[in-house]
Amino acid sequence: MPSPRSGSHPTLVQPLDTRYQVETPEGIDLILRPAGLLPRALAYAIDLAIRGAIMLVLFIALALLGQLGFGLGLILMFLLNWWYMVLFEVLNQGRSPGKQMMGLRVVHDDGTPIGWSASLVRNLLRFVDLLPFAYTLGALSCLLHPSFKRLGDIAAGSLVVYRDEKHPRPELPAADPERAPFALTLADQGALLSFAERQASLSPARRAELAAILAEPLDVPPEQAQARINGIARGLLGSTSP
Amino acid sequence: MKQNLFERHYQKRWKAFAELLESLERGKADARACESFAADYRQICQQLALAQERGYSSHLVEHLQQLAMRGHQQFYRHRSHLGARLLGFILGGFPRLVRSQWRSIAAASLLFYGSLLLMGVLVHQWPDLVYSLMDPEQVSSMESMYDPDARRIGPMSERDAGDDWMMFGHYIMNNIGIAFQTYAGGLLFGVGSLFFLLFNGLHIGAVAGHLTQIGFGETFWSFVIGHGAFELTAIAFAGAAGLQLGWALLAPGRLPRGEALRLAAGRSVQLVAGVILLLLIAAFVEAYWSSIRLVEPQVKYLVGGGLWLLVGLYFGLVGRRSHAPD
Repeated sequence: MPSPRSGSHPTLVQPLDTRYQVETPEGIDLILRPAGLLPRALAYAIDLAIRGAIMLVLFIALALLGQLGFGLGLILMFLLNWWYMVLFEVLNQGRSPGKQMMGLRVVHDDGTPIGWSASLVRNLLRFVDLLPFAYTLGALSCLLHPSFKRLGDIAAGSLVVYRDEKHPRPELPAADPERAPFALTLADQGALLSFAERQASLSPARRAELAAILAEPLDVPPEQAQARINGIARGLLGSTSP
Repeated sequence: MKQNLFERHYQKRWKAFAELLESLERGKADARACESFAADYRQICQQLALAQERGYSSHLVEHLQQLAMRGHQQFYRHRSHLGARLLGFILGGFPRLVRSQWRSIAAASLLFYGSLLLMGVLVHQWPDLVYSLMDPEQVSSMESMYDPDARRIGPMSERDAGDDWMMFGHYIMNNIGIAFQTYAGGLLFGVGSLFFLLFNGLHIGAVAGHLTQIGFGETFWSFVIGHGAFELTAIAFAGAAGLQLGWALLAPGRLPRGEALRLAAGRSVQLVAGVILLLLIAAFVEAYWSSIRLVEPQVKYLVGGGLWLLVGLYFGLVGRRSHAPD
């Protein structure tokens, strides 16, 4: 099975973000993005509202059935209370309706989909996270843990992560492909490409300011640094025409 | 290889893989399309590694990472045939589990039955002691429940509930809820489980002692003996599972605390699955057998004793002869 490890490659500096890396048996690193307290609380609130609505409708319908309906109602209430989350998490790719709406998902620590026993543990231990009132222990644990786990998650070895969303392909600004004046390391190459790809989201002044940092090593006046970087990025990507 | 060439080369395959993933995620993939899944997944992983190694742009790397992530999710899905596993669990897994975890079960049973017996004897000797645990209102409602002259006996009788269904529902919700709390309380360094074990033990003991002392013994004992075999066992097991959680936190041994807790939770939750089964049986017996007044108390004692024996034999003997390894 894949072995989880948080943090990053030992030779690199600790990342500033909260990404969580899992090394798979195929020898690649998967990136998971744990979800914090607020989206999780909102997802829970949505689930709570859904359950409340179901219970209301059921009780009105079952009240017509008399004693039999009352008994059935109690059983259904038990199922809703203790099994609603477990069934959705296991049978619906780790997503209860609330989590689905908030774009969240539950997985094992190693990035695999959550199974019966882990889901059961994390949802049974919710009872302790609720203590002493209104999820105090759970919220504290969630705020203090590096990957935002509540106590049930720690015991179950599970993790609530954001679902990946699709990013549109960034347009690189037009420039003549050129070669970098010196050999680039992988990190340099990545930084140059990222700058070119993310330009659209930066203001012109900020763009110029960032590009000017490289003016000296690239041996150009600061005003031309941006065009130069774009050219190098183009050159790194290769020709676009087939 | 320049990035654009690389992308052009593999674009089609990535798209096909993404489509396959989508159908798998919806659970609607046809078997023939999945034949190449493992190979495709490995290819994606390899291409991701290449893209990272060659310093391709983060957009491409992220795209491949997403594909690999979704592939990983599908590839390592924990598929299990729940029905077959449940049958295996009942036919041997559960008793084996109980025997292998006899230490925590013995500890929990000692706490539970010990406090139950002690309180029962004490209340029988000094009847006023019952008021130290319950207020007079509770005591009188309990007395009316097991009044030999009542039409129906048991905790729900005062509502004049004629329907077994309602009691079945009540017992399921109430008792399994309590068992879950007893288990979850173990996460508080075992204190919660200890509390629920002792509280339930003392409470049941007080009720038993008091009712026997005032002469309602026959209605009470003939009522509880049948389902008690399953219910009391289940409470002790739930407590044992909770104590395992607490123990993992208090004495994690060589492991880090979080890891010890994770392992203990994985083991103990199986015991909780067994507890659910036991309590379902208990609720059934309690609603449909224990509350019947037509049957003579002697018959109930006989059947109840038989059920205790059955439970004992089940956990003592079933699943001892293991099959040949397959």
